[in-house]
Amino acid sequence: MRHLIKAAGAIAFAAALTGAASAQEKLKVGFIYVGPVGDFGYSYQHNQGRLAVEKALGDKVETTFLENVPEADAERPIEQLARSGHKLIFTTSFGFMEPTLKVAKKYPNVMFEHATGYKRDKNVATYSAKFHEGRYVQGVIAGKMTKTNTIGYVASFPIPEVVSGINAFMLGAQSVNPAVKVKIVWANTWFDPGKEADAAKALLDQGADIITQHTDSPAPLQQAEARGKLAFGQASDMIRFAPKATLTSIVDNWNDYYIARVKAVLDKTWKSEDTWGGFAANMVNMAPYTNMPDDVKKAAMDTQEAIKSGKLNPFKCPVFDQDGKEVPCKGQGALSDEQVLGMAFYVKGIDDKLPK
Amino acid sequence: MGVTEAILLTVITAATPLLIAALGELVVEKAGVLNLGIEGMMAVGAACGFAAATLSGSSLVGVGAAVLAGLALSAVFALLVLGLATNQVASGLALTIMGLGLSGLIGAGFVGTNRDAIPPVYIPGLTDLPGVGRLLFGESPFVYVSLALALGILWFLGRSRAGLTLRSIGENHVSGHALGLPVLRVRLYAILFGGACAGLAGAYLSLVYTPFWSPGMTAGRGWIALALVVFASWKPLRVLFGAYLFGGATVLQLHLQAASIGFPSQALSAFPYVATILALVVMSVGERKATGAPGSLGAPFVPDR
Repeated sequence: MRHLIKAAGAIAFAAALTGAASAQEKLKVGFIYVGPVGDFGYSYQHNQGRLAVEKALGDKVETTFLENVPEADAERPIEQLARSGHKLIFTTSFGFMEPTLKVAKKYPNVMFEHATGYKRDKNVATYSAKFHEGRYVQGVIAGKMTKTNTIGYVASFPIPEVVSGINAFMLGAQSVNPAVKVKIVWANTWFDPGKEADAAKALLDQGADIITQHTDSPAPLQQAEARGKLAFGQASDMIRFAPKATLTSIVDNWNDYYIARVKAVLDKTWKSEDTWGGFAANMVNMAPYTNMPDDVKKAAMDTQEAIKSGKLNPFKCPVFDQDGKEVPCKGQGALSDEQVLGMAFYVKGIDDKLPK
Repeated sequence: MGVTEAILLTVITAATPLLIAALGELVVEKAGVLNLGIEGMMAVGAACGFAAATLSGSSLVGVGAAVLAGLALSAVFALLVLGLATNQVASGLALTIMGLGLSGLIGAGFVGTNRDAIPPVYIPGLTDLPGVGRLLFGESPFVYVSLALALGILWFLGRSRAGLTLRSIGENHVSGHALGLPVLRVRLYAILFGGACAGLAGAYLSLVYTPFWSPGMTAGRGWIALALVVFASWKPLRVLFGAYLFGGATVLQLHLQAASIGFPSQALSAFPYVATILALVVMSVGERKATGAPGSLGAPFVPDR
């Protein structure tokens, strides 16, 4: 009898314990990165977003991250997060799309958010940023700053995101300088400092006096700095690598979005949807405008403001392709989102053949 | 500065890390050991070199640290394949994976740190010569070291007694052992030399080529160096030629693109590997057993068993 009472007491105590624990339990949020958080670029910025979530909602959430997750083997780490009680999981690279959907099917009560993808499910939302808005502003700056009227562009792979960036850059540059030329070099890599540096050197040797890049290392910036030329940074503020050459950098900013989505889960208002934000949504930012005269700085800020307020669309119609043919205008006074997201042509004035 | 001169200068910078790492691997393979860990040793060299140079403020200390780091990692490899006679392919691959991970750990605190590149040599008068001045007398010290290494190894393997000993062990370690040659000791020295070279190549990446540290910055150069040794059929001067050919192909395609000359850039990115396969085909069609691979390459050696 005494034993029985003891056992009952123990069970009651244990029940009380778990009850107390679940009342205080924090929402667990997981992040999967394709690169190291120390890349000072793409994954670094996602991690900044995670830290912002901790800072804003630290008393209600607990965050976990896995870095350097290979895209080919992402299912296991994603599932690991889902199984260990994470209720919201951000998978931050395009290649995580299929694994995310697969795991999401098995865990219908876990919410997933996939960056830069296009496939959604009941518990899988997608989000991305309109980086081309930043490219347009860079184009305006470059168009005004170039003395040789030749700008070098170090590109990674001919995918729509990169192509629309090149086009937006060119349209921005042409809007202030009709004589401007853009030379493009495809490095065929996202990250190879040596090759990116060689690409920048090749462009500088052939007369470019401003370098812009859609690859991830600061090597092209360093080359511009070493030659006394100008350049733009990529993904995060890279001015530390080239204090005299950096004009500005496009900065990915996931902070507000991540905080909003975590809040939505806490308030139980989370829905699967697609978010594609630019300046207006504060998902794309520009690092401080440096190494340029005040009038160029003003033009850049005005352009950024006009895009932000919706007065200016980088792809406002009419847009002409390389052969001078007008591109059908499927959006409202500008190319539609689908046209931009699937862009596979160069605009007029670009002297390069798009690799197929 | 003309475009031709600019192209040549860039070719040399692109070729030098390949050349240094491949020369080290050449000596290792000539002794009969296959070390697939170059990529990892290069990465650790790059990380340690940058870290030491930043902390001490001295580029020379950085280079020294990179060489020692490559050496230390290759000592681990030597312990496995010589001491424990493990499979060389598996151990080498493990070394690469370990090196890449370790480099990230070592370099973690130095990501985002900027540093000035080690300046090229400047000899008043000579470097200023028009046309050839920069090319011949204004290169990075690493370039001169790499060329000296190539000639030094050519002499060592072909003309010195120690070099002949090393080669004979690589061709047939059982015969070498029967003759009383210290097989394991010679292989140890060769492996350590290869590690030091890989470390030096890593230092070139993070202190000269692109003076910063970032994980994964070797970007496959260790593998190209490996291909280069095979491409060169284990001959030092051909390694020199191959390094400049591989480097030249990369740089030339970038220039072709910048000049808007239509050329499929992907094709030239694959060039080193395609060239290596072609070289192997040509060599093995030409003569039987003419690829030049050392006879005992990759085979573990356990004395008296």
